[in-house]
Amino acid sequence: MPKAIPGLTAAARTDLPVLHSHKALYAAASPIGFSRWLAGLPLWFPLMLAAAAAVWPLTAGAQSGSGESIAGAFETLLRWIPFLLFDGFTFTVLIGAATMLVGTLLGVFLGLGQISIHPAIAKLSYFLTQIFRNSPWLVLLFIVMLSFPFELNIGGLIIPVPDWIKAVIGLSLPIMANISEIVRGAVNSVPSAQWEAAESLAFTRQQTLWRIVLPQCIKRMIPPWMNWYAILTMATPIVSILGVEEVLNLTRQAIEAENNRPVLLIPFYSFVLLIFFLYCYPIARWTVRLERRFAVKL
Amino acid sequence: MNGNGWTPDRPIVSLKDVHKSFGSLQVLKGISLDVMKGEVVCIIGPSGSGKSTLIRCINALNDIQQGSITVEGQEVHDPKLDKLALRKKVGMVFQQYNLFPHKTALQNVMMAPLLVLKRNREEVERRARALLAKVRLQGKEDSYPGELSGGQQQRVAIARSLAMNPGVMLFDEVTAALDPETVKEVLVTIKELAGEGMTCILVTHEMGFARELADRIYFTDKGVIVEHGPPATFFDRAKDPRTREFLSQIL
Repeated sequence: MPKAIPGLTAAARTDLPVLHSHKALYAAASPIGFSRWLAGLPLWFPLMLAAAAAVWPLTAGAQSGSGESIAGAFETLLRWIPFLLFDGFTFTVLIGAATMLVGTLLGVFLGLGQISIHPAIAKLSYFLTQIFRNSPWLVLLFIVMLSFPFELNIGGLIIPVPDWIKAVIGLSLPIMANISEIVRGAVNSVPSAQWEAAESLAFTRQQTLWRIVLPQCIKRMIPPWMNWYAILTMATPIVSILGVEEVLNLTRQAIEAENNRPVLLIPFYSFVLLIFFLYCYPIARWTVRLERRFAVKL
Repeated sequence: MNGNGWTPDRPIVSLKDVHKSFGSLQVLKGISLDVMKGEVVCIIGPSGSGKSTLIRCINALNDIQQGSITVEGQEVHDPKLDKLALRKKVGMVFQQYNLFPHKTALQNVMMAPLLVLKRNREEVERRARALLAKVRLQGKEDSYPGELSGGQQQRVAIARSLAMNPGVMLFDEVTAALDPETVKEVLVTIKELAGEGMTCILVTHEMGFARELADRIYFTDKGVIVEHGPPATFFDRAKDPRTREFLSQIL
């Protein structure tokens, strides 16, 4: 009987005795673990959400005795959908993109700081990275929210700082720290022999880093970077606590405007969950695909 | 040329009582050797005897704890030395080729002259093409390292080093990772270089090649030079029992 050869997914089979590799109980943490999980969700998951949304009004209606129909609840939702999508979710996407931009710029600096040959810079960058990587996001958000002024006075010119800008700054801190780790990890993944070869050709350290090392590992940084974008997008609703009018906040406001009817709760929030899923699911699939394509070939 | 009065009648590379240790592990315990311009010197010895470390100290990839190494009269381990200036004079080829995988063969050869020597692109490209032709790789200019065989990659690596116009070439077991049938094409390239008068220091396990090509052979064991001499004397009339034992195992 032919047996599969461990480690090979291709059709390589053998009927010789095979020593099976040790099977770990838990898979090692993957740098794109979240995307792996999300991309692995079955497509009936959103259908299940829709089903839950459909069943809820029945039970809620029975409890309250108001006898409100499913159709009524969905009709209400339908009326609100354009507002939730174009005012709410668009803003969520904007916050995510702005955070990613700021976090990536800062994170690249911090990551390069971590691999600096000056011990003081390397230690400081490491320290900042660990602090912001391991702090609760909400605490960081509150600190930024409460410590930043609501307007800046630059030589008589008053620039208002809206809450969402503060939210972007607050969220970009943990993103910065995680991008910093991605940069450090990618640079360290390039064999030291590449540094030596460049050194022996009289390249300076800067030239080696920018011309030899970074071009080789930039591709490897893309999947984990996208993974963090998906995680961030899923995390943006926490800024609603601070009053930023993104999709979750507007959903709550919409339900309030409809007199807080309990029958609306599940359809509305399921809809929000569904938007997040539909937005992040393709990103996760794409991330997993890129990761496979850019994997170091042995 | 370098302002410190080096003239070709003095050794181009000179090591005096070089000591090197990694932590508590002593790898080189007082190595002295001189190489004149145009000479070919082979360093042989059992693995772990410090051959590679020795050659890597010459272009300051490894530092030393004691002793002195000079290249064209310039102290290599002087903390004030401009390492870049030294490395422009010393070319190095590695066992694992270490080509830049994201650049084509031609770009690999052109990079250092363009970025380090800041030469004009046209001239650099002309010379790079000539060098690739010299190592018999015409037509492979636009191939990436991953598309080339080991022997071809190693010849690109040699061309890449030569593009810097070094005065000395260091070869660190450059055929050790190659298939037997491709070893020869690399050895032929080195032989041609030596024939043109390039100063070469080789760490090698190719005894036949060392015998044919070397002006002098150094045998190292446990961090010291046990014996050295011209190939004929060395291979046929080795004096030291350690040398004889090594040769009897390998020949």
